[in-house]
Amino acid sequence: MGSRTARTSALLGSTFLAAVTFSGSLLAEELRLITWGGYAPDDVVAQFEEETGIDVKVTLSNNEDMISKLRATGGAGFDLAQPSQDRIIGVQRQFNIYKPIDFSRINTDQLQPSMVKATQDSTELDGKYYGVPSVWGTSGLIVHSSVADTVTDYTDLCDPAVAGKVSYRLKRPTLIGFAFAMGMDPFAAYNDRDEYESILAKVEGKLIDCKSNVKTYWTGGDQLLALLRTGEVTAAMAWDAGGWKLNAENPEIRFVAPDSGALGWIDTFAIPRRSENEDAAYKWINFVMQPEIAARITNASGNFTASKGADEFVRAELRDAYRASFSDQAINNIKWYPPVPPGLETLEGQVLDRVQAAN
Amino acid sequence: MNSGAARLSLWLLLTPFLLWIVLLVLVPHLQMLRVSFQVRESWDTLAWGLEQYQNFFTESYYWRTFVRTGVMSLFTTFLTLLIAFPVAWYIARLARGRARGLLFLACLIPFWASELVRTYGWMILLRESGLFSSWLQALGWADGPVEMLYNDVAVIIGLVYNGLLFMVVPLVTTLDGMDENLVEAGYDLGGNHLTVLREVVVPWAMPGIVSGCIVVFMLTLGSYLTPILMGGKDSAWFTGQIFTQFITRFNWEQGAALGVLLLVLSSLMVWLGLKLSGQSLRKVMG
Repeated sequence: MGSRTARTSALLGSTFLAAVTFSGSLLAEELRLITWGGYAPDDVVAQFEEETGIDVKVTLSNNEDMISKLRATGGAGFDLAQPSQDRIIGVQRQFNIYKPIDFSRINTDQLQPSMVKATQDSTELDGKYYGVPSVWGTSGLIVHSSVADTVTDYTDLCDPAVAGKVSYRLKRPTLIGFAFAMGMDPFAAYNDRDEYESILAKVEGKLIDCKSNVKTYWTGGDQLLALLRTGEVTAAMAWDAGGWKLNAENPEIRFVAPDSGALGWIDTFAIPRRSENEDAAYKWINFVMQPEIAARITNASGNFTASKGADEFVRAELRDAYRASFSDQAINNIKWYPPVPPGLETLEGQVLDRVQAAN
Repeated sequence: MNSGAARLSLWLLLTPFLLWIVLLVLVPHLQMLRVSFQVRESWDTLAWGLEQYQNFFTESYYWRTFVRTGVMSLFTTFLTLLIAFPVAWYIARLARGRARGLLFLACLIPFWASELVRTYGWMILLRESGLFSSWLQALGWADGPVEMLYNDVAVIIGLVYNGLLFMVVPLVTTLDGMDENLVEAGYDLGGNHLTVLREVVVPWAMPGIVSGCIVVFMLTLGSYLTPILMGGKDSAWFTGQIFTQFITRFNWEQGAALGVLLLVLSSLMVWLGLKLSGQSLRKVMG
């Protein structure tokens, strides 16, 4: 429940700040940021507030929650959001909740050019770009060394040798990962609805067969870490940062890139359509992407950033853990999520519901 | 006071209540009803249809989950009644003075913590590396760790625990008002324990039983955290599906339709329960 306490303290903090602001000056600016846990560490927020005089109000969230909240208000309520890059264009086309990024106001010199290009390509709509890359990472497998030889790919989670000791999420990355491990390429079928449906049908069958192997479908990071820590689960599909965190506590537990490739995501900065303080949003982007600051975000969240030259400021253990998980070949094998076309998630949702309801 | 002033004060008194009912209950529900008939295509187009309602009946997992939720809620309600009745009987008829207050307090105290905390409490007890499992091993009754979480039994334990207070309170209230002479007369007329219970006590307590059952049933049917956290992979629960549609899939239209169906179908079940037990809502809630 780390996120809950963080949110409460963020709330308390902002209430306190609001009170101070009210009695002090009415001119103090505010930046309302909706982001992931670990992407806005307290010390970074404090330094930003000190340097700019802008109050930062952080709301912790995830992709679906961010989209839901912005959809409910037509893009109001927040000044800056951090959705994954593959979840921007489809959503933008359906709900119109973001406004284009003005790249002239972004200090692109401190960003890795290849990532800026990749994010621009995947967040382009009608010649405008909607995302700036910020933090990236992968999903793969977290395994205990006792089963590391058995579980080397997503579908190995269905191996009888690990029956009852397995956990994964019932969300779209699981569908994608299983499809790759079964020798199909779901990304290539993104724009071919029939082909994609046939892939999903095969994955659905596999996941239903596999259900008896699963201990529980995890729903939150803390829950998964607890399951792995106690040894109740020995193999799981999960994020790399979680695996490295556990590895620091117990060297027996490691994050491995699956044979069929880890799934790579890039979280971006995107500006909600009815943002009330765009200036502050751009200031925040340029502030946190400075190498030293970005490294502090990496140290807090475990995930690496798009900031150029930040690596040398990152904790040595994290760099080592990263290298242990990813050989050069594994890095080249990372499957990066392309933008999700609208309508696809409805199909996936039905598959996930059927898996959940199956016996 | 003349009638004009009386009417004004009545309206003033009613205003907060009316505002609450209209703004926080009626308007959102009407909005949800409207959304449930929309067919989603794009943010700037709007079409109407029954697609979402058709989905409920054609996609078997929706109605199967609903039936499962309904049956498990009924069973939970029944179990809660079985457990709560002796407790309520003891508090209302046998305990006196201070003991009575303490017993009531003992039922109440768990509800000072939120549902989330209570559920996590049960998870700590039941999980494979949890307390019960380690006690069983320490006593030599189990060879290895025993997993008691993530199944339907665990879900029902959690739900019964959450519903207990809401069953005990109305039962205590009705049993409290029962005349001791009625029970004695029953025995004098040659009844045994069972007949007295069946012919005297239960009919007297019926309004309390029915109102307790309605509250527990609705709470159970609408609970979200307990089934999701304790049920694990097989925890399909209807409210969970509504949440998923709204939050995970941004499919408000489907979520709204499922929400409307939950409201209609659960009201229907309560109405059916009232008819079968021969009670009226006015008598039960009055």
